[in-house]
Amino acid sequence: MPVPEQPTATRWIVELDKVSKSFGDTHVLRELCLNVAPGEKLAIIGPSGSGKTTILRVLMTLETIDSGTITVGGEPLWHMPHRGQLVPANEKHLRKMRGQLGMVFQHFNLFPHMNVLDNITEAPIHVQGLAKGEAQERARQLLAMVGLAEKVDAYPAHLSGGQKQRVAIARACAMRPKVMLFDEVTAALDPELVGEVLSVLRQLAEETDMTMLIVTHEMRFAREVADRVLFFDQGQIREEGPPEKIFTNPDHERTREFLKAVLEH
Amino acid sequence: MVWDWAFVWEILPDLLRGLRITVQATLLGTALALVVGLVLALLRRSGIRAVSMAAGAFVEFVRSTPLLVQLLFAFFAQPILGVRLSALVTGIIVLGLHYATYTSEVYRAGIEGIPRGQWEAARALNLPPRRTWTGVVLPQAIPPVVPALTNYFIAMYKDTPLLLAIGVGEVLLTARVIGSATFRFLEPITMVGVLFFLVSYPSALLLRRLEARFARSG
Repeated sequence: MPVPEQPTATRWIVELDKVSKSFGDTHVLRELCLNVAPGEKLAIIGPSGSGKTTILRVLMTLETIDSGTITVGGEPLWHMPHRGQLVPANEKHLRKMRGQLGMVFQHFNLFPHMNVLDNITEAPIHVQGLAKGEAQERARQLLAMVGLAEKVDAYPAHLSGGQKQRVAIARACAMRPKVMLFDEVTAALDPELVGEVLSVLRQLAEETDMTMLIVTHEMRFAREVADRVLFFDQGQIREEGPPEKIFTNPDHERTREFLKAVLEH
Repeated sequence: MVWDWAFVWEILPDLLRGLRITVQATLLGTALALVVGLVLALLRRSGIRAVSMAAGAFVEFVRSTPLLVQLLFAFFAQPILGVRLSALVTGIIVLGLHYATYTSEVYRAGIEGIPRGQWEAARALNLPPRRTWTGVVLPQAIPPVVPALTNYFIAMYKDTPLLLAIGVGEVLLTARVIGSATFRFLEPITMVGVLFFLVSYPSALLLRRLEARFARSG
């Protein structure tokens, strides 16, 4: 496809344009269009298997897309300009683009053979080339922020789920991404541990200008923290708007049914 | 024929020299098998199809042919290729490559045991591929397969007598030479068995303790 002659400066940090993705016969994303403003806190809600997580995974380049375009920071994610044409991105381009993104996973995915400090300093040292001392200083500050300053030397196996997830958040923040993707980060936690993780997220949302895409089942949290809520169903955005609108007076019957079902339990 | 202790003491120094070569061949062959096995395991996962298929073909070929045939082939094919390695060096290389095809499968099992989430975390943190391997995947993949690897070293040790086929003066060949010269085979051959046992049994115990340590840390 040809490169647009004048790359228009965009006010969106993330843009998805007619993005489609299927696994076999299952269409998880159907010509999805979505724009996210810099610093926006976007909550994505919707039934299981609706493709919410896939949005984050294609942004983090963990999954490829079948068609459409994604731009991050005004640059195409899966394509790069080459001799006046947009061609499929090579690994070098993907690595450059990934530097703007960070992700926190449902199952934490901490490195079990490294202690907490090494988990957090691994990427700053080996990706950004930070000196060890500087990386450790950054890690300690982040650990203090997530309330785990005393756990620097602990191994993941000795942490609770909530603590693991807070370390994972610190690890992702250590790379200082512009856009952070949170993939159902409380879904694998025991109910009594959910609060400590959500309060860290709340703090991040309030105190940083990081763009946050939050896939979540925590409706109250979404309502309190998000600038905008997106109801996602069957690979498409059914409805979007400010939290007050979505949670109190949604336009669509499908949204109403979903909210009724999740809020009743 | 009766057992002659005096004869045993007389031939023991020669047998021990042979044993030293046996142990040397095992240790160097092991080192080679450890390194080449890992390289083969990585090549088999290469994104370039020709590379992964070539590595796979090599592994299958070597595993499907007898070690003795490989030894003889490697030794007697050398003049055609214009190389001349000593019998011992040839033996070490063949042992190492032969066992590398087994250790590569062990490594592969270890690598495949790494959960997908670990790869994804490495990618989300933008770790370069090399660092993903050396910092994330291999440190988790290797400790659990150490017991499987150590089994092959004991097996290799017990395969070293095959090196006599190409004239390596290891312990069994030494015993046979003594036998041919003195027409007494009982003592030399028995002592070979005893010496093998005296090395391999304590080694096995040692390796088992090593395994236990890895099991604790892993």
